[in-house]
Amino acid sequence: MAADYSQEPILKVEHMKQYFKVSSSFTVKAVDDVSFDIYPGETYGLVGESGSGKTTIGRGIIRLYDPTDGKITFKGADITGKLDKDTFKLLRTKMQMIFQDPMASLNPRKKIGDIIGEGLDIHKMYSTKEERKQKIDRILAMVGLAAEHYDRYPYQFSGGQRQRVGIARALIMNPELIIADECISALDVSIQAQVVNLMKDIQEETGAAYLFIAHDLSMVKYISDRIGVLHLGRMLETGTTQEIFSRPLHPYTRSLLSAIPSPNPRTEKGRTALEYDYATSGLDYDKGTLTKVEGSHYVHGTAKEIAEWMESTS
Amino acid sequence: MSVQKAVQSEYALQQSAYEPSAEDFVFDKSIDIYTDRNYASVGFWKGVFTRFFKNVRAVIGLVIIVVCMFLALVGPHMNRYGYSDIQSVYDQETGKEITARSLPPRIPWLHRMISGEEYQDEFADRTFLFGTDSLGRDLWTRVWYGARVSLLIAFVTIFIDMIVGMSFGLISGYFGGFADDVMQRFVEIANSIPRLVIVGVLATIMPKGIGLVIVALLLTEWIGMSKIARAEMLKNKEQEYIMASRTLGAGSGRIIFIDILPNTIGPIITQMMFSIPTAIFTEAFLSFVGVGIMLPQCSIGSLIEDGFNNITTLPYQIVPPILVLAFLMLAFNFVGDGLREALAPRIEDM
Amino acid sequence: MADKILDIRNLDITFTTTAGPVHAIRGVNMDLERGETVAIVGESGSGKSVVMKTAMGILAGNAVINSGEIIFRYKEDDGSTQEVDILKKEKKWIRKNINGRKISMIFQDPMTSLDPTMTIGKQLMEGMIMHLKISPKEAAARAVQLLSEVGITEPGRRMKQYPHQLSGGMRQRVVIAMAISCNPDLLICDEPTTALDVTIQAKILELIKKLQADHGISVIYITHDLGVVAKVADYVNVMYAGKIVEVGNIEEIFYEPRHPYTWGLLSAMPDLETDDSRLYTIPGSPPNLLHEVKGDAFAPRNQYALKIDSLKEPPMFKISETHYAATWLLDPRAPKVEMPEELSRRIQRMKKEVKEDGSRL
Repeated sequence: MAADYSQEPILKVEHMKQYFKVSSSFTVKAVDDVSFDIYPGETYGLVGESGSGKTTIGRGIIRLYDPTDGKITFKGADITGKLDKDTFKLLRTKMQMIFQDPMASLNPRKKIGDIIGEGLDIHKMYSTKEERKQKIDRILAMVGLAAEHYDRYPYQFSGGQRQRVGIARALIMNPELIIADECISALDVSIQAQVVNLMKDIQEETGAAYLFIAHDLSMVKYISDRIGVLHLGRMLETGTTQEIFSRPLHPYTRSLLSAIPSPNPRTEKGRTALEYDYATSGLDYDKGTLTKVEGSHYVHGTAKEIAEWMESTS
Repeated sequence: MSVQKAVQSEYALQQSAYEPSAEDFVFDKSIDIYTDRNYASVGFWKGVFTRFFKNVRAVIGLVIIVVCMFLALVGPHMNRYGYSDIQSVYDQETGKEITARSLPPRIPWLHRMISGEEYQDEFADRTFLFGTDSLGRDLWTRVWYGARVSLLIAFVTIFIDMIVGMSFGLISGYFGGFADDVMQRFVEIANSIPRLVIVGVLATIMPKGIGLVIVALLLTEWIGMSKIARAEMLKNKEQEYIMASRTLGAGSGRIIFIDILPNTIGPIITQMMFSIPTAIFTEAFLSFVGVGIMLPQCSIGSLIEDGFNNITTLPYQIVPPILVLAFLMLAFNFVGDGLREALAPRIEDM
Repeated sequence: MADKILDIRNLDITFTTTAGPVHAIRGVNMDLERGETVAIVGESGSGKSVVMKTAMGILAGNAVINSGEIIFRYKEDDGSTQEVDILKKEKKWIRKNINGRKISMIFQDPMTSLDPTMTIGKQLMEGMIMHLKISPKEAAARAVQLLSEVGITEPGRRMKQYPHQLSGGMRQRVVIAMAISCNPDLLICDEPTTALDVTIQAKILELIKKLQADHGISVIYITHDLGVVAKVADYVNVMYAGKIVEVGNIEEIFYEPRHPYTWGLLSAMPDLETDDSRLYTIPGSPPNLLHEVKGDAFAPRNQYALKIDSLKEPPMFKISETHYAATWLLDPRAPKVEMPEELSRRIQRMKKEVKEDGSRL
């Protein structure tokens, strides 16, 4: 199932802010006025380096943190502030998360079957033990694990296998939105591709939307319909994958693009990557605004800066 | 080493022996490459057992504890003396009761074997493995009876650690913020009052005896465990697997007791093993200073006190209870150490 | 051939663990010539780091070396060439004469190599004073020079700073400065960029390349990322389950790969032009070496597996003077198998890319 833009977005994030108070005089603005939305069946890639606020956004949306300000709407329900029982249940079943660290995200003292079945247990989503086992076995097969893995413990598995267990745990709830928080960055490149393929297959089968959070663009391009580039808590550029890759405007986006390595030694040997350093770039994120370029392509900057970037790329 | 060599050579043999033929060079359709069947073969507890039993000291400790428990259970029944019975014979000639006061250890058959003579007194046919005390009671019986008290204290400590200390620490750590602040100030106050002061106050309002010892332990012994449990909780609650449980809608009770508790079991068992010797020693100490076990009952501590009174004239009386106390404390420490090493989930270096 | 700096022969290592013996390295051969760059590529658990730790004499205590030799030839200060078998030397001797002196290592996380309680300058000077026997004053001067060489601005001021005051990229630069401070013959880089932000990764690789050319150092990269390999390496060893399964020069590995595992590694990495809706990947996960491998370790994940693969381990088949691969598909009796179409299309395109744009060569 491809992204369905004719429907209402499944997730709307409006002016989300997340501040962390470090001391009475110092507040870290981890996320500063970020807005975006995700349509049913769509994959939205959120890219940024460490400290850009990408993980905070994901955790704020799924309410592991309480956002400081802004409004988040999921399937028409406001999921900020205090949640009533139905909204809580909606959030905890229809929105799921895949975590970054395959070593830390599985409870080391629980069997794989019980880890995957935890959501079923909490929301009592089965009537008999057999039904539970059946559901778990089906998901295990779906992520390419054997049924005999049911009784094993996480430390008996490799990183890629564990990440598949993490995916299975989210998947068993039949979620409509999955937040994948850097779920491939701790894996070997070969295993990354495997996980990305698996996620694509799942999307085709279930029609789930993804918020795919990553720190580089190479796999994001491959899985995303639209991309948002974050830096220092701001959305610097967003647009369809096509728009971002064919005409990256912001210098930070351009440096991210040039950092994608190519498996072609003849070109890669002579290539030097673009550098971007906010301190010396002459840009001031406080002065700029997110401005529409064309279609769904937006870039953050002052009118003058944007005009310059447009000129240099046309 | 030798096992490995065997594996090696078997492997080498398998590699060299086979001579491929042409029909081996066809696609093997029997392999299902899309189902991943890999996993490491060893289960958690099997690994723990292997590591624990490889540790010589831990095994020695475990053996000592098992032997002490066995003797505490059956030791007092291995002869016909009661722990408070004064051993005596009725002397027909004088019409007096002769008590077996302060006899050194004696085993008649061994004595006969070594010296070829019999004991020449009234108790020639009686065995006193550890001798008798100054009132004429069998020390063997009394020492193992006293060990029962020590082991009872050990189990009470486990109970206190588990119920009070662990729950307090886990809850304080999990909720954090204001609740944690209040609970931690309480711990600090409780911790700042010396144990002796608490015992002193208790002794004025309570009858002396084992009850007093248990209440004293109840008031002080949970603190160490609560600190460990809180630290473990703080460490675990920020882990991604707990976040995963929360995103699935798990409640606080489930997260604390089903998700986190099993992961803290290693440090908690270890702490428990280390707090047992302290508790045993506390009881011995309280009985030694005279606020613990009351006569005619006895514990290791009161036996040491008795022996201590006669240490210059009858030194053998103090040796058995001191050895039992020392071995028990050492053994629990050894086992605690062994468990800590065996339970620590670690990735073996490669 | 005369100037081989490192020569690993038939290395075979088992680890004793509570779960049983783990046969982590199963007969590895490798060589490196002076001034060259070799990459060892493989998934985690393939044993790529173990080989290099062995070469540095820093193997864990539970390792048992079943067989092999590691001949290292280095230049003494007077210019003469020495030859040692690292495996025959004591750890103490290696620590004193080889580690940090003739062979340096750069790890994934710079903080593992830096002492958080010591200033950058002191850490840099320490090694030089100890190994090069120079005065603190000389060492300080050289340290400033090294820092500017690795691209750290205001080296004088940085000398007095502590590691936590620097960014991740800066720290890795300091580690690199430390690694080259004693003029080593060989530099081993174990995933030197994976812990860094992407925009800095390429810069660090470019820096190592430049230093290597300036100082004539041989470099070994340990990585799972073929993008890194494409950028830096002259020769590539592809490692799988404790064995080298394909070896060749960079062009052979990237444009004429012969082992199905290499095919999988290459096509798992999307480049900017990849438009296929699926990446061709290797299914499953690497084998657990607790279980002794029967036949070809890769067979359970290989869609081209032959019957012979589960019976006998394939030998290294020679493809060219420099190119070897261990797969039964290269046996004359085997059915002819071409690399996956997506990959061959991409390789064609990549070759063309260079022809059209000669300036990039």
